[in-house]
Amino acid sequence: MQQLAGPLTYQDWDLDKAREAVLEYAGRTGGVMIALHRIQEIFGYIDDSAMPMLGKVFNLSRAEVHGIASFYHDFKREKPGRYTVKVCQAEACQAMGSEKLTEEIKAFLGADFHETSADGNFTLEPVYCLGNCACSPNIMIDTQTYGRVSIDGFKSLASTLAKAVNEQEAK
Amino acid sequence: MVKVYIPRETTADSLGAELLVKAIATEAKYRKLDIEIVRNGSRGACWLEPLVEVETDKGRVGYGPVTLDDVPDLFDADFLNDIQSGGKHAKFLGDVDKLPWFANQERLTFARCGIIEATSVAAYASLGGFVGLKNAMATTPDGIIEEMKASGLRGRGGAAFPTAIKWRTVADCKADQKYIVCNADEGDSGTFSDRMIMEGDPLSLVEGMTIAGLAVGADKGYIYLRSEYPLTQKILNEAIANAEAAGYLGENIQGSGKNFTLEVFMGAGAYICGEETSLLESLEGKRGQIRFKPPLPAIEGLHGKPTVVNNVISLASVPVILEKGGKHYAGYGQGRSLGTMPFQLGGNIKNGGLVEKGFGLTLRQLIEDFGAGTATGKPVRAIQVGGPLGAYFPASLLDTPLDYEEFAKAGGMLGHGGVVVFDDTVNMAKQARFSMEFCAVESCGKCTPCRIGSVRGMEVIDRIVGAKNAEERNAEHIVLKDLCETMESASLCAMGGLTPVPVMSAVKHFVSDFEKEFQDR
Ligand SMILES: Cc1cc2nc3c(=O)[nH]c(=O)nc-3n(C[C@H](O)[C@H](O)[C@H](O)COP(=O)(O)O)c2cc1C
Ligand code: SF4
Ligand code: FES
Repeated sequence: MQQLAGPLTYQDWDLDKAREAVLEYAGRTGGVMIALHRIQEIFGYIDDSAMPMLGKVFNLSRAEVHGIASFYHDFKREKPGRYTVKVCQAEACQAMGSEKLTEEIKAFLGADFHETSADGNFTLEPVYCLGNCACSPNIMIDTQTYGRVSIDGFKSLASTLAKAVNEQEAK
Repeated sequence: MVKVYIPRETTADSLGAELLVKAIATEAKYRKLDIEIVRNGSRGACWLEPLVEVETDKGRVGYGPVTLDDVPDLFDADFLNDIQSGGKHAKFLGDVDKLPWFANQERLTFARCGIIEATSVAAYASLGGFVGLKNAMATTPDGIIEEMKASGLRGRGGAAFPTAIKWRTVADCKADQKYIVCNADEGDSGTFSDRMIMEGDPLSLVEGMTIAGLAVGADKGYIYLRSEYPLTQKILNEAIANAEAAGYLGENIQGSGKNFTLEVFMGAGAYICGEETSLLESLEGKRGQIRFKPPLPAIEGLHGKPTVVNNVISLASVPVILEKGGKHYAGYGQGRSLGTMPFQLGGNIKNGGLVEKGFGLTLRQLIEDFGAGTATGKPVRAIQVGGPLGAYFPASLLDTPLDYEEFAKAGGMLGHGGVVVFDDTVNMAKQARFSMEFCAVESCGKCTPCRIGSVRGMEVIDRIVGAKNAEERNAEHIVLKDLCETMESASLCAMGGLTPVPVMSAVKHFVSDFEKEFQDR
């Protein structure tokens, strides 16, 4: 259970870089959505200062951009931890004990939903179905789904991933 | 060179398939054995994943579920060559097609899924792929729609609206631009058929959308994919690129003079964006709020243009309908529920996964014969069918046939075909409360009964379970019923309108659970 190689590396916020990255989506169907995804992919979140910039690029008011970014659960407005852990809260996972698992993960990380563990490694989020409902309970770390997760499995995974952070930072 | 099939698919991946690929490749190299690892999708037996299959002279044989620890043993058992010796391995399954789980299915839409290398045009074409497209090109748009009508296909996204009628409406519109939009938001909990086909046989969706384009006169398609499916996104994009390179997408498809281009668009984690008008708003780069209907998307859809919005399974079923004929497809199923449905068996189930079968088998057959009962070995107590807006059934309704009309008669809906099983430790008042909570979290906020009603709903359920006496409890039950009636009748869309269904079904069938404070039973 350790398919992830290590943390995604997010760059520090840089408005010019963000603008440059999204210019090509102007005029595309749903371009602003693509842009929000892209910015989050690079920086891990969407800084407030991106709102007027996106407004200009996509011909929207700043309030409209804000409205879009805040409507969708995915878009983060603050820098997350090194890994984002999503724990499935939907019915099939409930049937396999996700409620208990969630409580145990929260206790282990010392973080509630939408919070980050004190070491800055794990941001915890709820998710409603990962489409792996025959192998519940499920979690997703960054882009990797893990099935039939137990708290012990989670703890060993978390320690492996934390180690990968240390190794990366030692370099 | 021996071919070894290991799925590149979310379920298998969630259980370590990627590590297995590396381990098997390394071990083979170390032992100087010549193998080719082929990346198929899942055949749908999630309980056997990761399922490793080997192409031997005596046919394709399976081993599963395979863990990393099994790898040296498998090689020691000579699993690449000899069924005689390899067959003695504890994970040996023999010819996977002959396992009752598969032999008892009726696979039309999923016929290739898990069998072929998922993104290969050649593999796809070797098993009937693109025959439907060729047939579609040989006939007229009307001819295509007639075939769809004969198939009896009703939308598999939930609403079960006849696909041919939707296509007819779009075909009859005069417009300079029309669109085909595939709804791949698959938000319903307990469902994963869209994902499985997109990962295991993505070209069937590509072909289905192209045929839809020919039928209605659209040359541009979008797949609106939920962001929880990043692996699916990769696989789809590869399949699209391969189809383009082989002249099955883009300009002048196969020399026909027809064009069709396809783009994958990522959602951003909003359940409501599965509703078609909200989806279109989102695809246009707006907040995913519900649009008033009319106008229907078929008449004024994406960018105000006539648009077919269909579910993944609806569209991925089009190639087989055009290949084998609408009549052939309609030969499966019963009554007004024609064709097959890929049911998805999840939750507390021993042998969970995807079962494609003509409509009409019973919930019991699905859960007991295919699923082998609960994973915990405890009795089944409740089954939720049709996603988070679907009814909870008690075990006494297990003999209900899986058919749109029969299910409606029993107070439920099939929806997208998700079946979630709970054992006897479930607390149904808690489940009812969760339905309200989910509605509150995912409401688009446009109308009050849904946005506020769902929050009130949680509070009322809390008061019911916390009531000091029967009188107090009964009074709150009346409040809950009134609230549900308001949500049902005054909500703009099915989010608020159907949330009362799971809630009231829990009250109806499991009222005793509402008589005690929340705690594990
Ligand atoms: C709240 C809500 C969520 C929905 N989610 C989905 C979904 O995730 N996928 C889907 O195909 N249809 C979903 N639908 C149904 C769509 O609105 C629409 O009926 C469907 O995409 C039409 O395609 P079909 O006719 O092929 O089923 C949802 C409807 C509602 C009201
Ligand atoms: S019922 Fe809910 S989701 Fe539907 S339009 Fe109203 S507020 Fe939006
Ligand atoms: S309900 Fe958790 S993965 Fe589907």
